[in-house]
Amino acid sequence: MNLSLLIIVPLLTAIVVLLVKGLKQVRTVALIGSAAQLVLCFVLFYFYQQERANGNTANFIFEDNYTWYAPLNINYHIGVDGISIAMVLLTTFVVIAGVLVSWKMERLNKEFFFLLLFLSLGAYGFFIALDLFTLFFFLEVAVIPKFLLIGIWGSGKKEYSAMKLALMLMGGSALVFVGLAGLYFNTNVNGAHSFDLVQIANMNIPIEVQKLFFPFAFIGFGIFTALFPFHTWVPDGHSSAPTAASMFLAGISMKLGGYGCLRVATYLMPDAAHEYSTIIIVLACIAILYGAFATMMQTDLKYINAYSSVSHCGFVLLGIGMLTKTAIDGAVMQMVSHGLMTALFFAVIGMIYDRTHTRQVAQLGGLMKMMPFISTVFVIAGLCSLGLPGFSGFVAEMTVFMGSWEKADAFYRIATIIACASIVVTAVYILRATGKAIMGPVVNNEHLTLYDAGWNEKLAASLLIVGIVIIGVVPFFLKDLISPGTGIIIQKLASLIK
Amino acid sequence: MNYSSYIALIPLLPLAGFILLGIFGRKYFKSSSGIIGTGLLLVSTVLSLYTAYKYFFVDGKAGDTYQTITALKFTWLSFSENVSIDMGIILDPISVMMLVVVTFVSLMVHVFSLGYMKGEERFATYYAFLSLFTFSMLGLVVSSNLFQVYIFWELVGVSSYLLIGYYYDKPSAVAASKKAFVVTRFADLGFLIGILILAFYGKSLDIKTLMENLQSSELAAISAASFVGISALTWGLTLIFIGGAGKSAMFPLHIWLPDAMEGPTPVSALIHAATMVVAGVYLVARLFPLFALTHAALSIVTFVGIVSAFLAAIIACTQTDIKRVLAYSTMSQIGYMMFALGISGYGGESGLGYTASMFHLFTHAFFKSLLFLGAGVVIHFIHSNEIKDMGGLRKYLPITNLSFLIACFAIAGIPPFAGFFSKEEILLASYHSNKMVFAVALLTSGLTAFYMFRLYFSIFWNKNTVVNSHHGEGPVSMKLPLVILAFCSIFAGLIPFGEFVSSDGKALDSHFDPLFSIAPVLFGVVGILLAMWMYKKESNKPKQISNSLGGLYKVAYKKFYIDEIYVFITKKIIFNLIGRPAAWIDKNIVDGLMNGIANTTAAVSNWIKGVQSGKVQSYAIYFFGGIVALAIVFLYLWK
Repeated sequence: MNLSLLIIVPLLTAIVVLLVKGLKQVRTVALIGSAAQLVLCFVLFYFYQQERANGNTANFIFEDNYTWYAPLNINYHIGVDGISIAMVLLTTFVVIAGVLVSWKMERLNKEFFFLLLFLSLGAYGFFIALDLFTLFFFLEVAVIPKFLLIGIWGSGKKEYSAMKLALMLMGGSALVFVGLAGLYFNTNVNGAHSFDLVQIANMNIPIEVQKLFFPFAFIGFGIFTALFPFHTWVPDGHSSAPTAASMFLAGISMKLGGYGCLRVATYLMPDAAHEYSTIIIVLACIAILYGAFATMMQTDLKYINAYSSVSHCGFVLLGIGMLTKTAIDGAVMQMVSHGLMTALFFAVIGMIYDRTHTRQVAQLGGLMKMMPFISTVFVIAGLCSLGLPGFSGFVAEMTVFMGSWEKADAFYRIATIIACASIVVTAVYILRATGKAIMGPVVNNEHLTLYDAGWNEKLAASLLIVGIVIIGVVPFFLKDLISPGTGIIIQKLASLIK
Repeated sequence: MNYSSYIALIPLLPLAGFILLGIFGRKYFKSSSGIIGTGLLLVSTVLSLYTAYKYFFVDGKAGDTYQTITALKFTWLSFSENVSIDMGIILDPISVMMLVVVTFVSLMVHVFSLGYMKGEERFATYYAFLSLFTFSMLGLVVSSNLFQVYIFWELVGVSSYLLIGYYYDKPSAVAASKKAFVVTRFADLGFLIGILILAFYGKSLDIKTLMENLQSSELAAISAASFVGISALTWGLTLIFIGGAGKSAMFPLHIWLPDAMEGPTPVSALIHAATMVVAGVYLVARLFPLFALTHAALSIVTFVGIVSAFLAAIIACTQTDIKRVLAYSTMSQIGYMMFALGISGYGGESGLGYTASMFHLFTHAFFKSLLFLGAGVVIHFIHSNEIKDMGGLRKYLPITNLSFLIACFAIAGIPPFAGFFSKEEILLASYHSNKMVFAVALLTSGLTAFYMFRLYFSIFWNKNTVVNSHHGEGPVSMKLPLVILAFCSIFAGLIPFGEFVSSDGKALDSHFDPLFSIAPVLFGVVGILLAMWMYKKESNKPKQISNSLGGLYKVAYKKFYIDEIYVFITKKIIFNLIGRPAAWIDKNIVDGLMNGIANTTAAVSNWIKGVQSGKVQSYAIYFFGGIVALAIVFLYLWK
């Protein structure tokens, strides 16, 4: 199967979007394009499972390798393992849901959908790249449209937020680039330097080099995934972004960071990962608990979800920092789970905002009466967020906890208990928001005339909920998918301990 | 029939009901949803009764011992080689007993709700939630894996949350649902960490394997591993017990239960009286062989149980809301079950407490759900929860009057009603192991009789209220469950329970001793007579007595100010001392630092270039270019 289709399909859709006229045509094309992505991703998933079932045990499958720029040995090298497939599937779900909730985008709709599709292209490229330069290239492709999406279609103090987000993510990219360049200049393949992920993984990078460049790569990617204290772009960025951009930002962009931390920083520099794991765990625990407490005091629905994303992404970093197989499995599951869940949350907050023109919890109330569907979705998203069994969040969090507990040292124990404690705080802020905004008496009588979700919104929410419930009810599916991929990373880590 | 061929249907049918009614109920089954939910549950109930018959009388025994049968098991999520979450169904005496109790009481509540909830706007949603609860509770009781228990534990918690908040536009109901969830969540944190500890040392999550591992070779290791002088096993079990205490509303985690009465009354009967709140007791019983290994954990269970039993009984004497009296009475009775486990030993005669606890759980389910359903009829009739609005209702509600009286006799421990036998056994067991506990328990049983008959006489006798409601006791669907449950409350105690349920699976002879039972019955009768003297006729005796008690009465009426203490801790400490500073620091210090960096960069670039373009692109380029340049310089210098 040709993996480049994952890049070609969004690209073609984006181009066609530019050619057609009017909102109706634009959105139809965008929907068809994202539906094609969805089908494509499932076909890819199916073929991947077939390959594995047929006994293909290669680390990466469906590899393609073209020379891009020979003098610097830059190649367009792509391939997938289970982790990439999981992330690609997450992306396609968020993309189609994002297109569906933007169905009534009036202003500059052509440009809006173009940027959305372009963004998805960047995400796919990033998740399948096996060449560090290609990976970096796609990372940048996924960053730039976000600045425009917030700056043009945003709300509130959008210029400030857009600038802040762009600067911080650019800063993150720059750090990533230093990390990648550092690796590059310390490789030697037949006398030349290499960006190739597979080749670098088979090489022994000197430990001093790893220790020097690991922080660059990890913090760089970490900024994307709201590593404390570089998470401050998250609340402002999300609150100003239009709905679909928020969904992308939290659902996919933050996962680019987590994926990078795992695939690039930890996998390629395992010695350094061991060295720095204590610091990573400390930062992750701060993000988890401090993020949760900060969420408790927020009054804007988007701020609530943004801060809670900081807390939830802390589990990803915690899982990676623990360096055990189960914990890293949990980290990957948490990425997928949080991606779906937070996209659902932002989608439903967008639906509420479209109708009531407010996101302040105090100004909302009793929405269940007027909008039973939207309210139910909100409750489901909330229950997923607080880790209710049956939804994906529970599975992911518990896997991280179990994996963390495998480490017997008191430090790791305390870290795990701190992380576990967040489940109580999460319950507090989720139920507060739900109790005030969704339940209770109707606060504003003008809200009584509001209407419930349209077909597009129902479809978007249902797709995401199906994803969440599938992971929550049959988690072995996801676990088996990612297990070989995380196994390779662990193998490399374990070989170093001995 | 083989167990595995049908057993999964018992929990899955209610699940099907939940999915069907949850998704399509509002639109397509608005009026028929009650029948659908009840019908599905009826099948489950029949299957449970069949299973119980088959297990207890046909093939459950191997030799003279009831064995544990794994009817179904598959791996749901594996963590490592030995540790995995398995979903399964095990049959042993307590799980089979619970299957019967849960499906039967749930069925009664389903039927009762057909009349009680008729005409409700969200009728379908109500039945969907009830089905979800029944599914979760059934999944919990048949768990073979500790993590499976936890999963369904959380699910019953959320069903309870949804049902307490059923009247979602009532702020008090919303607050109560939130409180119930958060308090039990806090307790569940203990449960979760307890599981992690046990799984680590026991090297398994499967309850049976875990017990074998911990009882045998691993025991030395786990006893050696200690934290602040307490062994890991004790830590693990104590933490798990905290989870159980939260769900079972044991002191000091009981504060959510009285508020949970905001839910519809049939829900209180099912969840907050007969089934979910005894989950904590069930959990301790399920892990009893482990608890029996460590004296410390069992002592905690005993202490918490007896304190809850006594404290709740005192509070119940002063409350004026009919459902709250029943809620505290539930807490008190669960306290009995808890300390009965705490004082029990494992195996043979010493396991009497275990049998007694399970017996009381069994009988309590019937008479307590009957009391709540009866209260439901009264509330339905009079449209108020307050005792002061009631009186003389025996003329209007004859069936309710009689069944309520039966339930009161049962809970007060008057022979030959069901509660007499089970409470008798608990008292006997405590008499043999701990005289102090026995004394408090005996006193509590007197208090129980007093507050129950205070309630009974206040509702059905006392002053005559003028009632302008004419719908009487309601339709057959409401009367029938009362009659059936009253029947059970009379006769359930006659079951030779020890034959079937004991700590080690071997039959335990009945210890019934007429001489011993004189004292408890005497206490009960005194309590009843006192209540009769004070409340049968309208008088100012209660007022005088409460006045003469002064501060003591007030403290009990205010529930010992435990709620106020909690409010202080959460509002003042957690919100104001942790939450607010965290949010402030994030906004002003962490973010301020980031903005500071950005502003400095901008200022520096301004200084270098002399112009400020104001475009983020140029800042980005400076920033980006600068870092790349730095990196390159850095790289070459370093090499």
